[in-house]
Amino acid sequence: MNISLRVNGRPVEAVVEPRLLLVHFLRERLRLTGTHIGCDTSQCGACTVHLDGRAVKSCTVLAVQADGCDITTIEGLAAEGELHPLQAAFQEQHALQCGFCTPGMIMASLELLGRAIVPDDREIRAALEGNRCRCTGYQNIVAAVRTACERS
Amino acid sequence: MIPAAFEYAVPRSLEDAVAVLADCEAGTAAILAGGMSLLPTMKLRLAAPALLVDIGRLRELAGISRASGRLRIGALTTHAELLAAPELAEWRVFAETAGVLGDPQVRNRGTFGGSLAQAHPAADWPAVFLALRGVACLRGSRGERSVRSEDFFTGVLTTAIAEGEILTHVTFPAGDGRSGAAYSKMRQQASGMALAGVAARITLDTAGRIEESTVGVTGIGGAPFRARSIEQRLSGLLPTPSILEESCADVPEADPTNDLHADADYRRQLLRVHATRALTRALERARSAIP
Ligand SMILES: Cc1cc2nc3c(=O)[nH]c(=O)nc-3n(C[C@H](O)[C@H](O)[C@H](O)COP(=O)(O)OP(=O)(O)OC[C@H]3O[C@@H](n4cnc5c(N)ncnc54)[C@H](O)[C@@H]3O)c2cc1C
Ligand code: FES
Ligand code: FES
Repeated sequence: MNISLRVNGRPVEAVVEPRLLLVHFLRERLRLTGTHIGCDTSQCGACTVHLDGRAVKSCTVLAVQADGCDITTIEGLAAEGELHPLQAAFQEQHALQCGFCTPGMIMASLELLGRAIVPDDREIRAALEGNRCRCTGYQNIVAAVRTACERS
Repeated sequence: MIPAAFEYAVPRSLEDAVAVLADCEAGTAAILAGGMSLLPTMKLRLAAPALLVDIGRLRELAGISRASGRLRIGALTTHAELLAAPELAEWRVFAETAGVLGDPQVRNRGTFGGSLAQAHPAADWPAVFLALRGVACLRGSRGERSVRSEDFFTGVLTTAIAEGEILTHVTFPAGDGRSGAAYSKMRQQASGMALAGVAARITLDTAGRIEESTVGVTGIGGAPFRARSIEQRLSGLLPTPSILEESCADVPEADPTNDLHADADYRRQLLRVHATRALTRALERARSAIP
């Protein structure tokens, strides 16, 4: 099936099998390997990208469902080599160890930025309910998200 | 994990979708809404439909509206939309339930209708659908029909939706200024689904007595069900905290599952606790709804 979509602002056309998952399309066809796959059960959030501005688990979306949509992946965040405020805050706050969960954590946190009121730690943790980290114990991730929200 | 190969159809309208389904051999096609239940099942190859009919783009099936004293929720309305819907302010139970369902990414895609159609024995919306006495509206090649919530769940993962039928929307009575509803859930730690989930609605009469209550239960075992023993005990009573608690002491219609997540006794205990909590909050809301 033919699909046409925008990925990180760039128009993309492709012929795909209906069963191709969006995450495989991004990683294997477009070589955007920043989006990770951490589970088989739609639970870990490592594959989180934005579809028309909302965080989704790209392992649980078909590429054909994204036809006509706007996709943003972790590669689309840093404008002209300048780290996105969330990326900078993750670096400063030491919010990653192995880094496997980090792209998903950042893409899931993105929905919290730009709000009038800075979310409290409980809200930040709730926003990250769908993302697992096996290294950090979450403390520094929450601190990084808070820092980025305060600055934005 | 990669699903087995399938054909994919994107109908342009509800009529189109009904026609595509009517053309299929029984048991070969599956309707795709948000995909948050169906795609994980297909990835694990627990399901392998030959055709997916993607109704996810039919915006006519999404949204919340009000007509002749009833609220109407389109089947494709997402959990995230229900979490934030100002139209549902009179029934806080919707935002309360959406807020404890899954995670933000799942809520952004998963739909209200998909959850009811899936009829997972530990899903949250079925309890609310039962407690608010919703009516499901179905559309098939032979036209429209409606099914009351109490007749909708026919077993584990099975509903009254017939082959080829699409759930288009659900209607509920609008708030009447003397009713309140609430949902109380114990999450299963790994999956986040309900180990016990109880939705309760209370309607008060002018003297502050319980004119009517309805209690929907999920997670305990088997299909979601109405706890009618609680409803009957409460009828006509002037509610106090101890009356609410006593009314939940024993629910003979429950048939609790015994599994590695919780044994039957523990589930029975969770049912008592969460039924009491849901009723208590529903009562507070009914009282505060009275002008
Ligand atoms: C990580 C994760 C956590 C979750 N946690 C929870 C939770 O805590 N509580 C909870 O209740 N649920 C939970 N869910 C399930 C979630 O709520 C699903 O979104 C919902 O059950 C299905 O809605 P959907 O739109 O995604 O349906 P789909 O997956 O697209 O479809 C589900 C089934 O319903 C059928 N169907 C869908 N729409 C219609 C329609 N309009 N008419 C007829 N048939 C239809 C499909 O054919 C399919 O059989 C979770 C899911 C995931 C992946
Ligand atoms: S890979 Fe998508 S949720 Fe784990
Ligand atoms: S940093 Fe290793 S999984 Fe989160």
